[in-house]
Amino acid sequence: MIEISAVHKAFNQGQHNEYWALQGIDLRIEAGKVTAFRGPSGSGKTTLLTIVGCLARPTSGRVRLRGEDVSGLPERFLTEIRRRSFGFVFQQFNLIRGLSALENIILPALPTGRPRAQLVAAAMALLEQLQLTQRAQAKVEWLSGGEQQRVAIARALINDPEVIIADEPTANLDSTLAGEFMGLLASFTAAGKTVLLTSHDPLVVESAAVHRVVAMRDGKLIEA
Amino acid sequence: MRSWLDRQLHLIDFTLGSLARRKARNFGLLAVYTLLVFALASLSLFASALRSEAAHVLAGSPEVVLQRLVAGRHDLIPPGYLESIGRVRGVQKKEARLWAYYRDPRSGSQLVFMARPDAEVPVGSVMLGTRLAAAAKLNVGDTLAFADYRGQPYPLRVASLLTPDSELQSATLVLLAEADFRAFFAYPAGHYTDIALSVRNPLEVGNVASKLAAALPDSRPILRDEMLRTYEHIFDWREGILLTVLVGVILTFAIFAWEKAAGLSAEEKREIGILKAIGWETSDVIRMKVWEGLVVSLTAFASGFLAAWVHVFHFGAPLFAPVLKGWSVVYPEFALFPAVDGLQVATLFFFTVFPYTAAVLVPIWRAAITDPDLVMR
Amino acid sequence: MLFQPAIIALLLAAAVAVLMLAAAAPFALSVLREWDIGSGSERQLVLERRTYLFSTLVSFVMAIQLATLLLFVFNADRLAVMFVGAMCAVGTLNVNAWGFPALIVQMLVFFSALVWLAINHVDNLARDYPLVRAKYGLLLLLLPLLMLNFWLQYRYFSGLRANVITSCCGSLFSEEAETLTAEVSSLEPRAALWLFYAGMSVAVASGLLHWRRRGRLDGGWLGIAAAAGFVIALTGVISFISLYIYEHPHHHCPFCILKTEYDYRGYALYLPLFGGAAAGMAAGALQFFAAVPSLRAVLPRVSARLALLSGAGFLMFTLLATWFVVNSKLILIES
Ligand SMILES: Nc1ncnc2c1ncn2[C@@H]1O[C@H](COP(=O)(O)OP(=O)(O)OP(=O)(O)O)[C@@H](O)[C@H]1O
Ligand SMILES: [Mg+2]
Repeated sequence: MIEISAVHKAFNQGQHNEYWALQGIDLRIEAGKVTAFRGPSGSGKTTLLTIVGCLARPTSGRVRLRGEDVSGLPERFLTEIRRRSFGFVFQQFNLIRGLSALENIILPALPTGRPRAQLVAAAMALLEQLQLTQRAQAKVEWLSGGEQQRVAIARALINDPEVIIADEPTANLDSTLAGEFMGLLASFTAAGKTVLLTSHDPLVVESAAVHRVVAMRDGKLIEA
Repeated sequence: MRSWLDRQLHLIDFTLGSLARRKARNFGLLAVYTLLVFALASLSLFASALRSEAAHVLAGSPEVVLQRLVAGRHDLIPPGYLESIGRVRGVQKKEARLWAYYRDPRSGSQLVFMARPDAEVPVGSVMLGTRLAAAAKLNVGDTLAFADYRGQPYPLRVASLLTPDSELQSATLVLLAEADFRAFFAYPAGHYTDIALSVRNPLEVGNVASKLAAALPDSRPILRDEMLRTYEHIFDWREGILLTVLVGVILTFAIFAWEKAAGLSAEEKREIGILKAIGWETSDVIRMKVWEGLVVSLTAFASGFLAAWVHVFHFGAPLFAPVLKGWSVVYPEFALFPAVDGLQVATLFFFTVFPYTAAVLVPIWRAAITDPDLVMR
Repeated sequence: MLFQPAIIALLLAAAVAVLMLAAAAPFALSVLREWDIGSGSERQLVLERRTYLFSTLVSFVMAIQLATLLLFVFNADRLAVMFVGAMCAVGTLNVNAWGFPALIVQMLVFFSALVWLAINHVDNLARDYPLVRAKYGLLLLLLPLLMLNFWLQYRYFSGLRANVITSCCGSLFSEEAETLTAEVSSLEPRAALWLFYAGMSVAVASGLLHWRRRGRLDGGWLGIAAAAGFVIALTGVISFISLYIYEHPHHHCPFCILKTEYDYRGYALYLPLFGGAAAGMAAGALQFFAAVPSLRAVLPRVSARLALLSGAGFLMFTLLATWFVVNSKLILIES
């Protein structure tokens, strides 16, 4: 599904504070599985996810998505691929305050130009699935942490992506809610979606829902 | 096409919501913007109202007016002068006119008395402009009295009210019979004020004027087109000067708009970062921001223009009266008739929306190229 | 120089357009020099992001040029009262030698900006941005054109003096004068009619042909046909369409039809005409790049759409013109 070969990523290249966050990553990620990245802080997990998720380009190396090389593409096309193929769940949820849950969920679909009625129907279906229907019109800042995360998940799913990328999804949740989240992950893989996540939480990394754990240190993979 | 339209609708929808979420922040800009439009529009509406008033007055006047000069001063037309002109090629009709300025001591306003043939206005009666009649609370059939040349009241009956097509005429015009006119002013018999000539072909006017000037060296022909040109020129010039002064104001506004657009709040930066991360393209963000600019511009323009309209045509532009005094030298006093023309609105739009848009383009772009991976850090 | 609000606005707009592109020119140069689509470096990313700024700026300049084109003519018409002998825009434009060149260059800027935007649009559809260098080279060419535009307008407006005796549409477009425009006006109505309908049929047919065939040759041909069609259409307006609109056998002015007295019929005519001509020219210009490998799939699609627009524009123009002629009380050709 996703092949990464010899990926390097430098920040501030050519300047005195040049920093190589990724130093030669080779990895194949299988479709339909949950892959977890773990490693100490600063090891490059987030950086790797941004490259896989087409949020950033590698300084060198190749990233292939379903056999197609996406590493050298201009941002315009990366965005298109990102919108179509990836859904993101962030640590801070990153919902837009002042908008209702429903409005937040349809945000990623606005540039596609699908009619609003369709979008609202899709969003309501997702909310139903996540048992949040009654909170659809509530402003997101009024929601609890767990509810906010479910809104964030619904937002990640609105464009029906094949891959869900979650960076530290459970860092802001207590262990009960984290457990619920892992349960949701299982339902995603059951629906054929691929999940990539990072976490420091052993509960998450060692959960039964995770199929594969990849460990990182200093911008490199270490064999688990 | 359909999806393009839907996309724009989504973007507008989003931008309206985002404007509403930052009411306090946007209100300041909107207020300043509206104020600018208001000031420029008041100025421009005032100028164009004067211009159209002048054009109206002149449209009804003859192509050429012949005055007689004695020792360089305007003098009465003596008997026989009209006949001495003879036939001039191109002149369709010539007519000796009898009119005068009269300062009404009661209202203090300057009136124009004009003599008409007895068939139009019977002896002993007058015709008044509607506004003048309203101001003096006169109706048809009432009798009024002006003080004649000796200061004695000269009673006249209001025969009917005029429906002139210009505010200026309606406020100042008084028509009376020739016999009354001469008796009122003790105007010498057989003398006239000036001579009106109508010339059909506009290209002939110049020829006619030079022929007249050659045949009657003691006369001064005044061309209507020349007056019109002079007025246009004066008005445009004054408006232009004021606008140039205001270019400084517009520039300041543009800088203000630039700073407003460039100084995104942390919240707004975060929002754009989120949008980009979840699949908005740079050009989507630019488009969204351009829509925002358009919404702000159009709102400010519409409300500023409307306010200016009310200011000028309902209240007589009190805020600008001191600045624009020079104009009122042309006409002593009158209320303005609402008049707008497309060019004026277009120009005004240009002077306000264009600097704003030009100023915010670069900040918009800056905001739109936010790194999409920002929110992951 | 006349101190007139619209004139100040026009000069301001022309100056700002020049300044904007001039300020952007160094960036365009750096794109030309340093562009390397294969590189994942941060520098390349910076360059790529700058391209968004240029598209936005040029779109803005184009929108402004369209607005100023209208304002320019509108204003010329209004100023006519200031000049002895001027009765409409033609008279005002003739007050000095710079009026008509200024108008023509203004139109040129408009068409060039549109063509550039079409190229830009196609380029943005290909994943390797194959036309970046061509695009920014062309952008640098647009700058002198904008400067010329500003200079001509400045010369024209600064040379305006009230009371100058000028010749108006009566003499410029009258049949006796020996100017090109007069030659156009004195075309025998029947011949003018033939030329007009032949030209418009060719333009419409070329648009439809390229829409169906999407070939490089017929695309290039459409570019030529649209440019020629534009000139022929204007000839038609001057030689007979205006006469029918004015219902006057000798009034050949292409500007007076924009006036209120004629129900703004001029706008109804010129809008589809300008749109159709610009779309056709853009489709033609795109054919220069038809052989670029990464554009093979997308370019014909865009250019076909432009061709359809062009055909539709010319068709609408022709139909409207015909309608005005048929509904006119004027009879030029006895049958
Ligand atoms: N934009 C940037 N500029 C400079 N350095 C950066 C940038 N982004 C990340 N880095 C550096 O790259 C390294 C890897 O960062 P990254 O966020 O990928 O780590 P991480 O494994 O996700 O850590 P954590 O577990 O704390 O989230 C860090 O040392 C960080 O300081
Ligand atoms: Mg991290």
